[in-house]
Amino acid sequence: MPVVMDADRIGRTLTRIAHEIVERNRGVDDLALVGVRTRGVPLARRIARSLREITGQEVPTGALDITLYRDDLMRQSVGPQPLVRRTEIPFSIDDKKILLVDDVLYTGRTTRAALDALIDYGRPRGIQLIVLVDRGHRELPIKADYVGKNLPTSLEESVQVYLQESDGRDEVVLQPAQGGDV
Amino acid sequence: MSAPARTPDEMRVGAAPAVTALRRKDLLGIAELSTDEIALILDTAEAMKEVGERPIKKVPALRGKTVVNLFFEPSTRTRTSFEIAEKRLSADTLNIAVASSSVVKGETLADTALNLEAMRPDMIVLRHSSSGACHLLSGDLLHSRVLRSNIHLLTKMGSDVWVCGPPTLIPTDITRFGVRATSDVDEAVADADVIMLLRIQLERMEGAFFPSLREYFNVFGMTEARLRRAKPDVMIMHPGPMNRGVEIASEVADGPYSVILEQVANGVAVRMAVLYLLAGGVAHEEAA
Repeated sequence: MPVVMDADRIGRTLTRIAHEIVERNRGVDDLALVGVRTRGVPLARRIARSLREITGQEVPTGALDITLYRDDLMRQSVGPQPLVRRTEIPFSIDDKKILLVDDVLYTGRTTRAALDALIDYGRPRGIQLIVLVDRGHRELPIKADYVGKNLPTSLEESVQVYLQESDGRDEVVLQPAQGGDV
Repeated sequence: MSAPARTPDEMRVGAAPAVTALRRKDLLGIAELSTDEIALILDTAEAMKEVGERPIKKVPALRGKTVVNLFFEPSTRTRTSFEIAEKRLSADTLNIAVASSSVVKGETLADTALNLEAMRPDMIVLRHSSSGACHLLSGDLLHSRVLRSNIHLLTKMGSDVWVCGPPTLIPTDITRFGVRATSDVDEAVADADVIMLLRIQLERMEGAFFPSLREYFNVFGMTEARLRRAKPDVMIMHPGPMNRGVEIASEVADGPYSVILEQVANGVAVRMAVLYLLAGGVAHEEAA
């Protein structure tokens, strides 16, 4: 199983993304980070930490669960429902520039669900998408604004992101065959 | 077999649940659920509760699904709670109260069911009459369905359960369920972390179970004076509807220890969780 990003690389990448955020938005005023559960949440927290180190300002950070917005819910006639976790966005997103954070961008369906979910919380001034890995194969017209690493993959491969907070180590792994992640 | 009770910490949202899906398509009672399934329902309800706190209280999870609420007993509160839960999940809801249905015109239950089935609803909510902490359940124990469900739930989840009421209202076989019974309210109140009052079902009181409502209130009713003997962080619950001045004093029902209205809000969230989890039916395991 080839490791495509190790801990150092992930750390440097997130710091670079934080600098790009500050440059593109000319600071961090009116910005808020929202991580897509599960692994988008620790990534969002780390980016918030980097932004604090760079600008000295605190960027509000939340967690979004998109399960109830998935487009494959109830599609199969039978099948157990995916686990729902709590969305925690402890601030108003109205008129904020939302930085949506996910670990892997693939078909774009998770991002579509996340956009729909976010809009139910208010009317942000804009939404920008941050992903650690873009593995291609989009099925919807969705594009990331900040990409940690572009990783060309085949449909049979799968990309696994492991993070200290949830998995005890920082690593991005390209797994041959199996498939199944969305 | 039921698994060992989980600690409150493990039941917090965020901890990996032991089961991640309900592998059943019907839910007939709490007795048939494992502790892991109950924990899953409660975890899911935590997430559903958040939906009810948003400006737009609606998620598309059950979009295009039809849910029929078929009620053979009048129950505005239960029906309303289900209907709100269904609407918050974007289901299309249909309420059928038996008083206004063809059952009154002589149709059999089986025919009603067949007719409903022909209209292809996705889920049916049916209400029909045949159907760690220390908890104290006090009130009308004999006529209460709530009591039995609660005993199943609380003992399964590891609570120490006491029931308290006049001997005439305590089912004789109650101790079979692993609970302790007493008719001494003050003794029972002293050690309880949670006191749940149950409604005296006035409509079922033709038999002489106790001398009078006033007498009942004096001996068993939850009054402020009685509550002073309870633990300082005691929680007062009631499944509703309440008879103020019978099983519970107004000052207690509206007082600082009461979580009665929170129970109503949580009831919607739990119904949303159950509807969502059951909508998938049974089948294969799914990767996260």
